[in-house]
Amino acid sequence: MRSDRIKFIVFALVVLLLPLPLSGGYLTNVLIFVGINGVLALGLNLLLGYAGQISLGQAAFFGLGAYGSGVLTTQFGFNPWVAMVVVALCVAVFAFALGFPVLRLKGHYLAMATLGVGVIANIAFNETVDLTGGPSGLSGIPNLAIGTLTFDSDLKNYYLVWCFALGMILLSLNLVNSRFGRALRAIHDSEVAARVMGVNARLMKVQVFTLSAFMSAIMGSLYCHVMTFISPASFGFGFSVEVLTMVVIGGLGSVYGSILGALLLTLLPEMLRAFQDYDIIVYGLLLVTMTIYMPGGLVQGIPALFRLIMPAKKGSEVGNA
Amino acid sequence: MELLNQVTQFVISGLATGSIYALIGLSFAIIFNSTGIINFAQGEFVMLGGVLTIFSLNVLQLPLAAAIVAAVAVTTVIGILFERLAIRPLKNATPLALIIITIGASILIRGVVMLLWGKDTQALPAFSGTDPITVAGATLLPQHLWIFGVTVMVIVGCRLFFNHTISGKAMRACSFNRRAANLVGISVGRMVLFSFVISAAVGSLAGVIIAPLTMTSYDVGVMLGLKGFCAAIMGGMGSGLGTVLGGLILGTLESLGAGLVSSGYKDAIAFFILLLILFIRPQGLFKKGETERV
Repeated sequence: MRSDRIKFIVFALVVLLLPLPLSGGYLTNVLIFVGINGVLALGLNLLLGYAGQISLGQAAFFGLGAYGSGVLTTQFGFNPWVAMVVVALCVAVFAFALGFPVLRLKGHYLAMATLGVGVIANIAFNETVDLTGGPSGLSGIPNLAIGTLTFDSDLKNYYLVWCFALGMILLSLNLVNSRFGRALRAIHDSEVAARVMGVNARLMKVQVFTLSAFMSAIMGSLYCHVMTFISPASFGFGFSVEVLTMVVIGGLGSVYGSILGALLLTLLPEMLRAFQDYDIIVYGLLLVTMTIYMPGGLVQGIPALFRLIMPAKKGSEVGNA
Repeated sequence: MELLNQVTQFVISGLATGSIYALIGLSFAIIFNSTGIINFAQGEFVMLGGVLTIFSLNVLQLPLAAAIVAAVAVTTVIGILFERLAIRPLKNATPLALIIITIGASILIRGVVMLLWGKDTQALPAFSGTDPITVAGATLLPQHLWIFGVTVMVIVGCRLFFNHTISGKAMRACSFNRRAANLVGISVGRMVLFSFVISAAVGSLAGVIIAPLTMTSYDVGVMLGLKGFCAAIMGGMGSGLGTVLGGLILGTLESLGAGLVSSGYKDAIAFFILLLILFIRPQGLFKKGETERV
């Protein structure tokens, strides 16, 4: 457990010091979205990688967070922080209620049901024009502020988003190494066996689903205040698949893997600017080839490659986190 | 009287799109029954049917009939490639891995189509003109008749194939029990490949006959696929009449909802029905309950 703590501290230091050499430039802006996407991927990974339950509707919770905050602050004059808390709690309650019928389903049916939830949410964002502005989007969302400190530059937003992200990463790390996390993995391996051992599988699946929705909603709120403009296109099925791709690439069942996946998939389109429209093909290829050839994601795949190239001495195998 | 005419009109167009959902639902069920896989790329086969027909017609200058045959044939080949490259390498994959792979494949197919033919929405000319036929105060397009005719033919064809040919019976045997089928000498691998062939052909045919009515583009596959899946779920994932009924009911409800309530929420209707059925009767509308096996 000690090495886990050191790992986290090193990671946090890197995150906090990273913007200094970048001096608030374009890359800082990209890294804000790495933080947001990273937490979204992490939320899905808790559900998918640990508990083994797929969700193709993560964009819906992210969107509900963003639209909830956006609408409450622009149309009803809520304080952004209050709005964030209210919205996140509402989304969590919604996810908890939704979780019971949805997570009774398994495999393909679960995937389709969560996908259905995502599509319905997206249609709602598009159609409730009076509240959300419909397809043309919602603008004029205020920046977050603490006293006189307004989060209106890339650098300030970077620290804002990453403070939340680090908090959620720490929470997730503690969670997966707890009794709860072990129970989730037991459900992943065999739900029946887990239940026989006294794990309340149904409730725990709903709880982790709720947690991932809550995390996504918080990130949605942050996203809308960072962007100050949102439109339904950012919260569609495509984005749910993107988050799924991040989890699969980084590594199912790895907290840092999610962040790594988010980093790669957020940077990749920036680097492939010339092929803007075609990043979708790259996602498709990555999903297929990674699942076939590197089912453990990069977090397990890279060490495995090293071992393949340079066969290790006996006894030097180390289990990974 | 005015309202009645309108309702008749909505029901007719609903039954037409419902037939399409039924065909797509069948194509889902065919693969599911022989492999246990829900193919998330199913909608892309439908899209390929329409897009490839337009391509053969406009660019290759083939006559319509030949263009349709070519499109269905090419889609079928893609179905074979898909099974060989993405499904077969993972012999004992978990459902999770298969979901992710078929989603990946669907994105890939969509992306390649977008790359080759752009993002424009295109229309296929109607097969035999657009002179409306008036029936009981409502207008019926010749294309509607084509859709009903092709759907009936495909359903009858499937029924004959699955009940009266050796290959069809072998495929049904695989869906009941793969191991037992293998033991009596059925090549399960070949039957899986067959199921992809039939499914891709049926799916793409659905895409071809709907294209003159609704236009087509690289991204129509997602919605059509999901609604076809909804039809299949309503029918309990069987490849029989249940799925057909499911499709027709879905199409009619959707058309009535869009016409009488709100067209913006048209797509949401299908998903509400999907969720309701998954929550309340996951075994389908017309089946008796089955106990879950562990």
